[in-house]
Amino acid sequence: MAKMNLLQAINNALDIAMAENEKVVCFGEDVGVFGGVFRATSHLQEKYGRARCFNTPLVEQGIIGFANGLASQGSVPVAEIQFADYIFPAFDQIVNESAKFRYRSGNLFDVGGLTIRTPYGGGIAGGHYHSQSPEAYFAQTPGLKVVVPRNPHQAKGLLLASIRDANPVIFFEPKRIYRASVGDVPEGDYELPLGKAEVVKEGSDITLLAWGAQMEYLEKAAELAEKEGISCELIDLRTILPWDRETVAASVRKTGRLLISHEAPLTGGFAGEIAATIQEHCFLHLESPIARVAGLDTPYPLALEKEYLPDHLKIYEAIKRSVNF
Amino acid sequence: MSTDTKERAVHAPQFIRGDELQIPTYKVLKQDGTTYKGATLPDLDKDTALRIYRAMVRTRVLDERMLAAQRQGRLSFYMQSTGEEATTVGFAAALDDEDMIMAQYREQGALVYRGFTLDEFMNQLFSNELDYGKGRQMPIHYGSAKLHYMTISSPLATQIPQATGYAYGQKLAGDKKCTVAVFGEGAASEGDFHAALNMASVLKTPTIFLCRNNGYAISTPASEQFAGDGIAPRALGYGMHTIRVDGNDILAVYSAMTEARCIAVEQNEPVLVEAMSYRLAAHSSSDDPSGYRSKKEEEKWRNKDPLLRMKHWLQAKNWWSDDEDAALFEADRREVLATMKEAEKRPAPVIEEMITDVYDTPPAHLKEQLEGLKAHVRLYPEAYPATSGRMNNG
Ligand SMILES: Cc1ncc(C[n+]2csc(CCOP(=O)(O)OP(=O)(O)O)c2C)c(N)n1
Repeated sequence: MAKMNLLQAINNALDIAMAENEKVVCFGEDVGVFGGVFRATSHLQEKYGRARCFNTPLVEQGIIGFANGLASQGSVPVAEIQFADYIFPAFDQIVNESAKFRYRSGNLFDVGGLTIRTPYGGGIAGGHYHSQSPEAYFAQTPGLKVVVPRNPHQAKGLLLASIRDANPVIFFEPKRIYRASVGDVPEGDYELPLGKAEVVKEGSDITLLAWGAQMEYLEKAAELAEKEGISCELIDLRTILPWDRETVAASVRKTGRLLISHEAPLTGGFAGEIAATIQEHCFLHLESPIARVAGLDTPYPLALEKEYLPDHLKIYEAIKRSVNF
Repeated sequence: MSTDTKERAVHAPQFIRGDELQIPTYKVLKQDGTTYKGATLPDLDKDTALRIYRAMVRTRVLDERMLAAQRQGRLSFYMQSTGEEATTVGFAAALDDEDMIMAQYREQGALVYRGFTLDEFMNQLFSNELDYGKGRQMPIHYGSAKLHYMTISSPLATQIPQATGYAYGQKLAGDKKCTVAVFGEGAASEGDFHAALNMASVLKTPTIFLCRNNGYAISTPASEQFAGDGIAPRALGYGMHTIRVDGNDILAVYSAMTEARCIAVEQNEPVLVEAMSYRLAAHSSSDDPSGYRSKKEEEKWRNKDPLLRMKHWLQAKNWWSDDEDAALFEADRREVLATMKEAEKRPAPVIEEMITDVYDTPPAHLKEQLEGLKAHVRLYPEAYPATSGRMNNG
């Protein structure tokens, strides 16, 4: 085991993937010599050469179009989009191309080797163009997998699994905790399963569900609630698409209550999909309406970021409302 | 050519690479303040020249002080334009003050030139309640309707095709005005750049595309950004006028932009201007260039300082003295510090502003979300200090 922060864990996963398979290629804006603006690709160019780790021109639609072509040829591209807020010029390449490559050709061609890494989320004084959580846009795109890790151990195992998965994966990295989240990470190669949620803590009164950087707030809120004698079960969804309905439903059948939190705006956020599915499958077990704690239905602000963020206090209040329903 | 234009036929496979076509760089002013022999000089009177120089100095001082303020933790973020002032002030000086500017983020010089006050700068930088953008965007995302300066948007290159559209509207309205899109050589790699140029050429819009080629896009050197002869020749592929100028040469920038404006406004044709310069500072307060370029390279460009170059020229014309220069720097420094102190005391926008401007009027669901949020803030006032003390009871 080694102590790593989330960035180091990602860097380590990329290093292992590149060492093991020479078809793995990392590229994006500033990822070469500089190692990316957050340094996730530090030293990879030094180690594996410019042909396998390089700067691209500044053009996201080009980066993903190029990555699609490269993946269809049989290489294993790991493309970085510098901020999730800047993924939209590549939306067409991702939604119409990456996601449908296999389907439209009847599996003659695919871009299964593709992984798109991108930092997402708020809490860094980034205003609306360095804070967004766009996972729900992609969650409505069959053919993609969407993965979000919550800590260094998860990040390494999930990223290795994403790179080796036979489907295109968007890997959203919680940049607020890139350096703040530090933990024990096995030094060797390991994978964590895609499409599997993880019960992080067992409890009996309410299920709290989130992913990525929100997990920290859930944990804090659960601590506050435990002091009031409310026992919380915590689940990290880990993969947004395809998501693990069974783990969530089993928990809700046990606790009778569900709270989902995400930073993205409430309307059209992924919590809505989960709530609809769970009420369908657990209707008779529910003791209160499924609660959603999310960003407001506005762009992400700067000066009033604290007010906007679904923090531990908002989650704690929602837990109490649910339990006292 | 389109299929119905007359072709010029050849009968052997001739490929054209265009190596022979290196676009020259227009230069007027040498670093010592003298001008090149035979150079075309712009018609620049003393008042305008001093207005330009004062704006360049103020921009330099603002950048110095605000980066220092960021380092002291008073400001979350800052971007300097050091080394590029001749371009960012000079282009604005060659325009009509009512021409539209759609900039990238490093063009504070143009705003200074047009009279954006230090107070207006500070209110935006400190996201306080007087910021026109209501504290919603990161520092340096200025905008001013009265100064015809479109509010900055972080996603790169998006303003370039918008400038084509804005200019088309000006042409339709018969305004006799133009729109200038300013962007870096990095942003010129985005698809939006190419879309913008093609549409401007086809639709004949009075747009000037001003590329600040400052050598870097964050850590990426221009040599990894494009393989051809820079940005200027791209215009030729779109059938557009183009010119390359020394971006540290105020006289060359002013003169090229004056001509470009004539072409845009008189002939309703777009123009591309590539200004060659160097980003002397880090990309932003979050960046450290020592990881990707050498001090020696920076030093080379420090010796081409556009401010000094212009000062030498002003002095050669007997329009400016060292004493006046020192006094100007001193006065600007004092004023920047004084306005900063006031602006940082002003409170953040009130919580009610969270739901305004999403639409023209807030829909019911947003009003409801605001009420829920306010009730929550009342429960935990100490957790939300920016707004809890200043909520109305509505
Ligand atoms: C669409 C998009 N992609 C990426 C970024 C992140 N980013 C901000 S500035 C920058 C470099 C821009 O370089 P250039 O256009 O040359 O302008 P300069 O900073 O040199 O003035 C990058 C990659 C962004 N803001 N928008």
